[in-house]
Amino acid sequence: MNAQGAVVSAVDLTRRYGEGETAVEALGGVSLEIEAGELTAVMGPSGSGKSTLMHILAGLDKPTSGTVTIAGELITSMDDNALTHLRRKHIGFVFQFYNLLPMLTAEENIKLPLSVAGQKVDQAWFAELTTKVGLVDRLGHRPAELSGGQQQRVAVARSLVARPTVVFADEPTGNLDTKSSAEILALLRDMTVTYGQTIVMVTHDPRAAAVANRIVYLLDGRIVLDSRGASEAEILKTMNELDTLAPT
Amino acid sequence: MIRVTLKDLLGRKLRLLLTSLAVVMGVAMVSGTFVLTDTINAGFHAIFAVAYTNSSAVVTGKAVFGGVADAPSFPASTLARIEKLPGVSAAAGGVEAAAQFVGANGKVVAHGGAPGLGFSVDPNGDQRFNPLKLVAGSWPSSSDEVAMDANTADSLHVKVGERVGVIVSGGSERRYTISGVADYGNSTSLGGATIAIFDLPTAQKLFDKQGELDEIDVAAKSGVSSAKLLSEIQAVLPPHTQVRTGQQQTQASVNNFGSILSIVRYVLLAFGGIALFVGSFVIANTLSITVAQRAREFATLRTMGASSRQVRWAVVLEGLVTGLFASTIGLFVGLGLAKGLEVLFRAAGVTVPVTGLVFATRTVIVSLAAGTIVTLVASLWPALRATRVPPIAAVREGAVLPPSRLARFGPAVAVVVCALALALLCIGGFVVALSTGIRFLFVGVGVLGIFVGVAMVAPSIARPLALVLGWPATRIGGIAGSLARSNAMRNPARTASTAAALMIGLALVTAVAVLAQGLRASVVGSVRSEFRGDYVLTSENGFTPTSVASADALRKAGVVTVVAGERAGDGRAFGQTIQVAGLDPGLSKLLLLQWKDGTNASMAMLGTNGAIIDTGFAKSHHLVVGSPIGLETPAGRTIKLSVSAIFSPPEAEDPLGTVSISSRTFDSLYTNPQNVFALIATPGGVTAANTARLNSVLNSFPDAKIQTEHQFINSQEQGVNGILDLLYILLGLSIIVSLFGIVNTLVLTVFERTRELGMLRAVGMTRRQTRRMIRHEAVVTALLGATLGIPLGIGLAALFGHVLKGIPFSVPWGTIVVFVLAAIVVGLLAAIFPARRASRLNILNALQYE
Repeated sequence: MNAQGAVVSAVDLTRRYGEGETAVEALGGVSLEIEAGELTAVMGPSGSGKSTLMHILAGLDKPTSGTVTIAGELITSMDDNALTHLRRKHIGFVFQFYNLLPMLTAEENIKLPLSVAGQKVDQAWFAELTTKVGLVDRLGHRPAELSGGQQQRVAVARSLVARPTVVFADEPTGNLDTKSSAEILALLRDMTVTYGQTIVMVTHDPRAAAVANRIVYLLDGRIVLDSRGASEAEILKTMNELDTLAPT
Repeated sequence: MIRVTLKDLLGRKLRLLLTSLAVVMGVAMVSGTFVLTDTINAGFHAIFAVAYTNSSAVVTGKAVFGGVADAPSFPASTLARIEKLPGVSAAAGGVEAAAQFVGANGKVVAHGGAPGLGFSVDPNGDQRFNPLKLVAGSWPSSSDEVAMDANTADSLHVKVGERVGVIVSGGSERRYTISGVADYGNSTSLGGATIAIFDLPTAQKLFDKQGELDEIDVAAKSGVSSAKLLSEIQAVLPPHTQVRTGQQQTQASVNNFGSILSIVRYVLLAFGGIALFVGSFVIANTLSITVAQRAREFATLRTMGASSRQVRWAVVLEGLVTGLFASTIGLFVGLGLAKGLEVLFRAAGVTVPVTGLVFATRTVIVSLAAGTIVTLVASLWPALRATRVPPIAAVREGAVLPPSRLARFGPAVAVVVCALALALLCIGGFVVALSTGIRFLFVGVGVLGIFVGVAMVAPSIARPLALVLGWPATRIGGIAGSLARSNAMRNPARTASTAAALMIGLALVTAVAVLAQGLRASVVGSVRSEFRGDYVLTSENGFTPTSVASADALRKAGVVTVVAGERAGDGRAFGQTIQVAGLDPGLSKLLLLQWKDGTNASMAMLGTNGAIIDTGFAKSHHLVVGSPIGLETPAGRTIKLSVSAIFSPPEAEDPLGTVSISSRTFDSLYTNPQNVFALIATPGGVTAANTARLNSVLNSFPDAKIQTEHQFINSQEQGVNGILDLLYILLGLSIIVSLFGIVNTLVLTVFERTRELGMLRAVGMTRRQTRRMIRHEAVVTALLGATLGIPLGIGLAALFGHVLKGIPFSVPWGTIVVFVLAAIVVGLLAAIFPARRASRLNILNALQYE
C-alpha cells in the first residue's frame, strides 16, 4: 500500500462495549488505510462492526485501543473542541436519514457547515456543486418540499461544500428507492472521479458497494477481505461466503 | 394499562420532576399561607386564652358600630353592682389604652407593628384575673410607679427600682419608678407587644377615663351556670356594654385580629392561586409536548389492542400521579415557606406572636386538592390529543399527532374568549351600578380570561413576533442565533404557550408597577398641590395617629405662625359608616382645597354644628349647603350637623373626611382624640434653625416626628415602595414557575431534536455554539412572553386604575426596561440546564436511528 496516499489511517483499533463478562467486542483489532481520491466501501452484515469502525474513523466515537490519523493529525487523543475543528476542516458526512434541518432551505442546509464554522462561501464552488447535484432550481425549497432522493442530494452537497479531506457516508442509500439510490451512487462516484474526493461509504447493499474502487469486508469486528472493485454479483457472492473466510 | 403508565412515569424521572416543579411552587404558597396564618392565629389565641383563663364572664363596652377599638368605656359604678350579684364570687375592673415605653435613645420602644399596651391593676385586689405574674418587685401602688412585662424590661436593660419613661396615647413622656416586672402567662409570646401597668386610679387619670372602666372580669360562685351568671349580669348592665363568657371573649378578641389576618390570608392565597394558574399552563404545555413525542408509543399500545379511551386515561392518570406527587412535595415545601414568609414579614417590620408551626388537616386537604385538580385539568387537553393517534403511527417513521378537528376553529375561539374577557373587564370596570364585590369578581374572571385568550391567540402571532424578536440573536449569535430563531419559529404553538406562562407573571408585575407609579405620582401630586405648610407633624411611624398635645405644645411655645391638626374617626350618617375628620381652624391657611360650594375659609368657620362634606356624599344623599345631617359616633353619641360647605376631593387621596367638623366638636364627641397629622407654618419657612426649634419643643414627645414637605413626600413614597417590593416578591413566584416552564420545553425540545443536534455537531458545531443556540432560543421565548405580557399589564393597570378610582395612569418606562432585561435573564437562567444537556449530547445519536 502507498502510505503517501493514505488520508485516513487506523492502527489496531479495538472497541469494547461494557465491562467484564458481559463486555461485547465490536472491533477486534482493525488496521486500515484509506487512500486519497478513492471511494472505499465498508461492507458487512448487521453487527459486523462496520458502523462502529466508521464512527471511530470519523472521530465520533473513541476506540478502546488503537489510533486513528486523519490528514496527518492523530485524532484519537483529541478533545471535543479539537475534534470539532477537525471535522470542520477535514470531514463531511452523509447520513441514511439525510438529517437536514426542516426549517432551513436547501441552500441554507448545504451551506450549514460553513455557517457553523463562520466561513465564507466560495460562490463558484457552490454553483458548480449545486449544478452537479442537480438542485439549482430547488435551492429555495425546504426539506419537506423535496423528495427523499432530492434531500439526500442536498445532504451530499452539504458534505462537500467545505471541500473536506474525506466524506463519510453512512448507508446513504438505505432509505431510498432504486432509482434515487442509483442517482446518489452515481453522484458519489462522480465526485471521486471528477474531484478526486476521498469517500468512505458504509453499506450492506451490494449495489452500492459495486461503485466503489475498493471494498473492505468486515465480520465480527475484523476485516476478512480487502478487495479492489467488484461487480454486484461478485459482491453478493462474497457476502454469502463471508463466514467461510478467515480473518486477514 | 395503569401499570404501563406508572412504569413509564417512573422511567422518566427527570420529566416527572420538571413537570412537578410547576405545581410545587403554587401548592407550597397555598400550604405556606395556611401554615403561617394558622400559626399567627394560634399565637393570638394563646395570648387571649391566658387573659381570660379565670374569667367566667367578661363585661366590655359595646360600640354601636365599628370594631373593638371603638368600644366605649362605661361607668365604674357597674363593678359594685356586679359584685353584689348572688352568682358572683369575685369581680375586678380595669382600664386600658395605648402606652409605650421610651428607650435610652429617646425613641419609643416598638417592635414592628406590635402595639404598646397600657393596663391597670388593683395592687391590693384579687390577682386571679391578672394574666401577668410578678417575677420581681411588686404591683404599682402610687401615681409615680409602673410595672412592665419581662421582655421589655430585658430589651431596655432596666430593673425594679430604676426609672423609665412612658408615653400614653402618643402624648408627652413622663418618668416612673419601676415597681415590678411580670411575665405574661407562662412566658407566652406577645409578638413584640409591650405592656405598661399602672395602679387603677393612676391609669384612669392617665387614660382620661376617670370614673370609668373598659372591662370587668367576673368569677362565678361554684354551682352557678354561666347562663345564669350572664343573665344576672345582663340585668344590671348600663347601655353600650355587653357580657360574654371567658371563652366567647377570647374568641371575640381573636376574631378581631383574625379579620386582619384573613385579609392577609386571602391576599397570599391569591398569589398562590396565580402561581398555580401559571403552573397549569406549564403542565398543559409540557404534557402536550410529551404526548406528541410519545405518539409512536401510544400507537404501539393501540396496535396491541388498547382503546383510545385507555390511552386517554393513561395521560390523565399521568397528570393525576404527577399532581399528587407535586402537591405532596409542595405541601412540605410550604412548611419551609411559612417560616420564610414569617422572616419576610419580620423584615418588613411586622412582628407576630409565635407558637410552633400549626399544620392543620385543612392545610393538607386544600393543598393536595388544589395542586392535583390543577394538574388534572391541565392534562385533559393533551389527553384528548393523545387519543387521536392512529395505530398505524406505530410503524411510521417520524409519527406526528394529527391536528385536532377543532384546530381550525382555534383562532376564532381565541378571539371569542378575548372578547368575552374584555367584556367582563369593561362591565367590572365601568358599570358603577353593580356592587363592588361583583365588579371585582368580573374584573378577576376577566383578567384570567384575557390571559387564557391571549395565550390562545399567541400561536398565530408567535411566528412573526419571534422573527422580529430573534433578529438581535441573529446579529449577536451568528449561525447559533439564526438557528435559535428558526427553532423558536418552527413550532409557534409550543413557543407561544411556553411564553404565555411568563406573560402572566410579567403582565401582573407590570400592572403593579404602573399602578404604583400612579399612586406615587398622585400622593406626591396631592401633597404638593394641597399642603401649604412648611412642616408636617406625624407620629414616629407616620401612619398611627399621634397625641394632640404635641401640636398644642408647639402652639404654646410660640415657635410657629400656625399649627393645625386633623383628627379622624368613624361615624355613621344616613345608615352608612363614614370617615369623620376634625379640623383645626388653622387648616384653612395650610390646606388648599377645591371647593364646589364654599371657600378655604369655610374650614375656619365650622362652629359647633357646621360640616364640610365632599361632593360624592352630597350627591348620593342630595345634600346642599344648609342640609341637616345626623351623625352618630361608635360610642353612641349623636349630634345634629348642618352642611356649611361642599368641597371637591382630588382623585387620589382625600385630605379630609367624608364629613369634616371642627376639631372642638370632634373632641367633644370622641374619647381620646388624636391627630392624623398636623401642618405647621413657621416664620421664614423651612430653615435649620426652625427645624431645631421645633425638635427641641417636641423632645418630650418621643412619638412625634417633624418632617419638611419634601421629607414627608419621600416617606409617603417609601410606604408605596415597601408594598411594591412585597408584591414583586410574591409575583416573583409565578415568574419562577414560568421559568421552569421554559426549562421544561427546552429539555423536551432538546430530546426531540437529538438527531439534529448530533448532525450539527457532526458538521462542525462546537459545544459552545450549541449552548449559545439553546440560550438564544430561550431568550427569544422569554422576550415573546415580555412582548405579550408587558403591554397587557399596562392595559390592565389602566383599567384597574379606573376601577380603583383616582390612580392616575403613568408608565414607569425605566422599570419596564428593567422588566424586559429581567425577562432576558429568565431566559438565560432557564437555558442553563437544557443547553448543558444539548452540548453534552453524544454525537453518535445522530447516526443511530431509534
